[in-house]
Amino acid sequence: MPTTTNRLQILLQLFWTFFRIGPATFGGGYAMIPLIERETVTKRKWIDKQEMSDLISIAGSAPGGVGVNASAFIGHRLGGIGGAIAAIIGITLPTFLIVFILSFFYVQFGDNPKLEAALKGIHGAIIALILIAAYKMAKSSVFDKTTVTIALSALAVLLLTEINPIIAIVSGLFIGIILVRIKMLLGIKVFTEKQPRRSKEEIVYPEYYI
Amino acid sequence: MLWELFIAFLKIGFSSFGGGYAAITLIQYEVESHNWMSIPEFQEIVALAGMAPGPIATNSATLIGYHIGGISGAVISTLGVVFPSFFIIVIIATFLSRIHHNQWVKSSFYGLRPIIASLIAYAAIHFGFMGKSAPLLDWSTLATLVICAGALFGIIKYKMHPVTIIVASGLAGIILF
Repeated sequence: MPTTTNRLQILLQLFWTFFRIGPATFGGGYAMIPLIERETVTKRKWIDKQEMSDLISIAGSAPGGVGVNASAFIGHRLGGIGGAIAAIIGITLPTFLIVFILSFFYVQFGDNPKLEAALKGIHGAIIALILIAAYKMAKSSVFDKTTVTIALSALAVLLLTEINPIIAIVSGLFIGIILVRIKMLLGIKVFTEKQPRRSKEEIVYPEYYI
Repeated sequence: MLWELFIAFLKIGFSSFGGGYAAITLIQYEVESHNWMSIPEFQEIVALAGMAPGPIATNSATLIGYHIGGISGAVISTLGVVFPSFFIIVIIATFLSRIHHNQWVKSSFYGLRPIIASLIAYAAIHFGFMGKSAPLLDWSTLATLVICAGALFGIIKYKMHPVTIIVASGLAGIILF
């Protein structure tokens, strides 16, 4: 059982490690992952490569940002619930402060025409980033007739009705289970994931930025 | 007010599978249904969130929270959007560390992930071109499309970093608008 000082030390280390990662990560969650890996696997040896790869796949599929999820996971692994809290605060606080300062300036200078024009330009760039995220997500998740149908009907429903997107998400979870059941009953072979063409195992980071 | 903010972002946090860009649709839905701000304001705020380091969903939460409820609004919204991560990850880490190999989980993601792809595509359309009043193709829509195409080109062809793209498009915005 670690002593109290030891425990406090671990929490502080977790906080500090993730605190330094946060501000360096323009481009969102997936930009954080290589940095998190370098800090926690290579430098501090908190977890090994295999664990890291498992952890990223869970962090990427659970709701929430992948960076925040991965830090929570590593924090929990090292310091239990307290560790998870320390890691989350560590990764969130710096960007929170930066955004906070930004919003302060926005309130002060938001009416400035130059700033408004710049934000409009960035708006265009964000549409591009979203499109790329959609394409990359589709590339890894739309790979057979069933998934094509699901994706197209979902898009149609979203565009044509005022459905709450949360309902679309929850129905997706159930549709998947039901369809796989039906296919199994019909004796159709189902792959629930796109079959990788790689043979050797390595950590693969999804390419999309989140 | 603060309570509403917290609940809204809690809901967003719990359902934001697929991360930030999918969450934009969820955030926009909440913002519209609560009438928290106009659509152009929302678009500006998300652009601002994209400028800052860190996840775009968390950043948007902070900015919207600040806009609605000042400092405590920003804190409450950020907590709301991050708490689900904490909660879900702690549960998974404690009980089901092999959950991603579970057949039920795999099946449900088979249905979920294509929907997330659509949700993100929808975010591009909805977030991008909502709040446009007729005429549909005016100068500002055209300029937005040009910048969007330029950004796509830069990312796909030259593998430019998102920060470079953001800065360049900000400058392009100052010139075009």
